[in-house]
Formats: sequence, C-alpha cells, structure tokens
Amino acid sequence: MHPAFSVIFLTTLLGVGQGLFLALFSSQAYSVVDVLPAQSGNFYALGAFIALIFLIGGLVASVFHLGHPERAWRAAAMWRTSWLSREVIALPITMAVIAIYALVNWLGIDADLYGLGIPNQVALSVGAFGVVATIALFVCTAMIYAAIKFLQEWASPLTVVNYFLLGTASGFGFATAYAAIAAPELAQFYGGWAITLTIASLLTRAASLFRNARIKQKSSVQTAIGVRHNKVRQGSMGMMGGSYNTREYFHGRSVAFLKSVKWIFLVLVFPIPLLLLWLGLAQANANLLMLAFGVQYVGLLFERWFFFAQANHPQNLYYQVVG
Amino acid sequence: MTQLALVIDLNVCVGCHACVTSCKQWNTSGEAGPLFDDNPYGKDPTGTFFNRVQTYEVGSFPNTETLHFPKSCLHCEDPPCVPVCPTGASYKRKEDGIVLVDYDKCIGCKYCSWACPYGARELDEKQQVMKKCTLCVDRIYDMSIPEDRRKPACVISCPTSARLFGDVHDPESDVSLAIRESGGYQLMPEWGTKPANHYLPRRKTKLRIHADELVRADNPLSKEDIKHETSKESSLDDWLM
Repeated sequence: MHPAFSVIFLTTLLGVGQGLFLALFSSQAYSVVDVLPAQSGNFYALGAFIALIFLIGGLVASVFHLGHPERAWRAAAMWRTSWLSREVIALPITMAVIAIYALVNWLGIDADLYGLGIPNQVALSVGAFGVVATIALFVCTAMIYAAIKFLQEWASPLTVVNYFLLGTASGFGFATAYAAIAAPELAQFYGGWAITLTIASLLTRAASLFRNARIKQKSSVQTAIGVRHNKVRQGSMGMMGGSYNTREYFHGRSVAFLKSVKWIFLVLVFPIPLLLLWLGLAQANANLLMLAFGVQYVGLLFERWFFFAQANHPQNLYYQVVG
Repeated sequence: MTQLALVIDLNVCVGCHACVTSCKQWNTSGEAGPLFDDNPYGKDPTGTFFNRVQTYEVGSFPNTETLHFPKSCLHCEDPPCVPVCPTGASYKRKEDGIVLVDYDKCIGCKYCSWACPYGARELDEKQQVMKKCTLCVDRIYDMSIPEDRRKPACVISCPTSARLFGDVHDPESDVSLAIRESGGYQLMPEWGTKPANHYLPRRKTKLRIHADELVRADNPLSKEDIKHETSKESSLDDWLM
C-alpha cells in the first residue's frame, strides 16, 4: 500500500493521546488506595488537556486523508458494519470524555457518589468511561486494517495488539517526561510502565514482522485471471499513463529502502527510548525523558510507514507491467 | 432476485479496447459528471476509467498464448467494499444486484478501494469521490433507448460479442447458459466475494484421432488376411487413369 502521511500522523498521534490519558487515569486511580501519591487536580487536568491536543492533532491529520472532509459527519452512519465508522464515533466520544475529565479535575468537582468517603469519585467515574472509550478507540483504529482479510499482512490479531501496545508505550513515555517536570514522584511509575510497554510491544511487533516475513499469499496471477498455467506473464496493464490503481497500492520504493525503514524503526522505537528512559529515570532528567519520547515518536512514524508499505494488496497482481 | 452481470468470453476477446473507450465515452457524458482526465494530451496522462483491457502471455515460447483480459467491477454478490463504507455511499442494489456509489454521500476516504481485492474502484482526482463501473445503470433502464440497445455501453460496442449481459440468477438466461455450458468461472474465488461477473475460458476445438481410426477397420482385405499378388499386366483400371 502507499503510505499516506495523513493516516500515519492520525494513528500515531491518537496512540500518544490515548496512552497519556490511560497513564493519568491509572495514577489517579492508584492514588485513591495510596499506592501512589495523589496530585493536585491541575496535574491531571493539564495532562488530560495535552492528551486532548494529541487527539485533536490526529483528527486534523485525518481530515487531509478525505476527499470531502465537509461530509465527514456522514461517516458515523454505518457503525453496524464498518470499523471506520465505529472509529469516527469512538474518537469524538473519547475526546469528549477526556475533556470532561480534564474539566472535572481542573475545577475540582467532587461528590461522594458511592458513599465511600474517598476523594475524586467524580473524576474517576468520568475517567473509567474514558478508559472504556480509549480502549474501544484503539480496537476500532486497528480493526480498520485488521478487518481487510486479503491484506494478509494486516489481517491478524497482532495488528490490534501492536496498535494498543505501541500507542500506550508512547503515551506512557510522554507521561514520564510530563511527570518529571510536574510531579517527579510519579516519574518512576510512568517510566516503569513505559519501559514495560515498550518491551511488550517489541515482542509483539517482532512477532508480526516474523509472521509477515513468512506469509504465504493466497492470491496469485493465476487466481487473479483464472488461468491454470505455471507461467503467466503480464504483457500490458491496459494503460501507459498510470492510474489510481498504480498510485494507491504501491509504495514506489525499492526493497532496500523498505528494509532500511524497518531497521530505522526497530532502533528508534525500542532500544534508544529504552536506554534514554533508563538514563532519564536514573538521573531524574526531564530532558532525557522528553528526548526518549521524541525519538520513540519519530520511530513510530517510520513504524507506521513500514506498516502500510509492507501490506501487499492483491490488486497489484493486475498491475505488474506497463506495456 | 435479480443479479445483473457481465460474462466475458476470453476465447473471443481480441483486445481491441472498444469496450474501454465506449465505456469512457458513455460514462464521462452522463449526469454524474465527467470521468476526470488529467493532462490527457501531455506528458504522464492519467484519468478515471471503469474498464480496462489487459494482456497476458500464458506459457513459454514457443508454446505461448496471448490472453486479452477485460477488467471492471465484478458486482460481487458478497461485496467486501460495501460493508466497510462508513457513510453508506457504497451500496448494493437489492432489485438488480448492481454495486453503486452515491457520489453525493462519498467522503473520499478510499477505504472501499482498499477493501476491493480486484482494484475495481478508482478515486476521481477532480471530484474526489470513489468511482466504479455502474453496469451503465443510466442506460439499461432508459425507456427512450430502443429495447435491444438497453445494455451496458461495453456490451454494445464489442465487435466480437465477447461480452454478454444478463441476469445470472435466472437459470435460463443467456449468461447463465454460457456460464454453465462453457465453463464460466469467477476471479479470485479464494476470498469468498462471489463475483457476479464471470469469465469464459479460452477453448480449443480439437479432434482426437486414434491410431486405429487411420486404418480402415472394416477393410475386407486386411480382415480376411487375403493377399493377392498384383498382376503386372495392364488391367481395366489402368485404362481409366
């Protein structure tokens, strides 16, 4: 497939925003049972606001993917069958809940909803909805790709797992840097999870690379045109100027380029951020932690580019030779 | 239920591209607006087409065969492009099984084109909506056209009648008979899309001759094993020569 930068930014920015929100909510939930020190409402509010900015950034990026963004509201119609439609519904819900979560924390709205006598019951209730919406959004985003069964590189549960783990890893990475500045006592908690999630995503992403390297394509030029002969060669694709079919489904780069992108993302997403996170946490250095997030985010752009470029669309079988 | 479809006879197609140009002509002139052409007379021309004719070479020299392969939307009975559309712009008509795009609802997200294994859909670069073969839905029901001309433009224009058009759910229709009796098949059956369009394979008429058919089986001379010495003298037959 041809990697579109709109979708690359959309999926990576959403991942950071969602991961950051999950990090904030988990630390606030832990603080209720005194596992972690509680922070002021402003800490969670500002963090959730930054998460919201990441989500808005993703939304803006997605607009560039559409031919008719002014009709985008129509995209909520077919949620019964289309994962894209489900994402279009899940995204604004997630954004709204995170915005409310930020507002509740900022204004310090609280009430003893459940008669437990513990603080932040309103914020945590809103946040719990946010967790459900966030995870639903992760699943919707990934299933857009995993649901196309003949894009065999994508049609795997690993796609969903990778979107979730890579998104949360980068989100927790950002939370670590944010905490190092605003709430240093939380940096170890976020950083520990950022490292755990990065290692977990390394395992699952490596599993999908391993799977895709050994994939056996079900379609061949024989099934494409229905001729049973071992030697079938295209003589002409029917046009010389190219078309949507030759632009949308080919990444247009060499095998060596593809391979180099794979190694770039493998280095930028996993070992370097892990090293920087470890150093940053050991020295309590916010700059190093921010650098860890920055490097990992850039790596994720490469990762997403590779994710799209690696997918081999069966329609390409019809477009092998110009003439 | 009706399922309109094309049946394309690869045994007859000569690869003349008449279906391509007539399709483009009809569909660029219709109510839905032109099929965009970018830089048509310059360098790197490109544009939107519903139909293409490709050419394949089967086998290796000298045992090769050229196959001309017209390719358009197959109007699948289980179209993977329809359920993925977030707006409902992409739909399959209940009454005749044609898969269509509502250009007023399409947001140009390209998801349906990703979900079509055949690459039958093209985004119109000018209108920024997804386009595809409509089976000339604006022609086949047009009562102002003589009845025998109410067929897709590609079918009418084909000089060798390689393209048949009809209802593949009617077992007695021309297309069903052709599929049944001439080995009609579907493309990429492995994805379960159940394309309505079928292709008829290349067929060769061969006469199989067995060795015993080259010798007269009922030759009384060989049968009774009678062998006469032929006379050196002239016979009546020689006079006739």
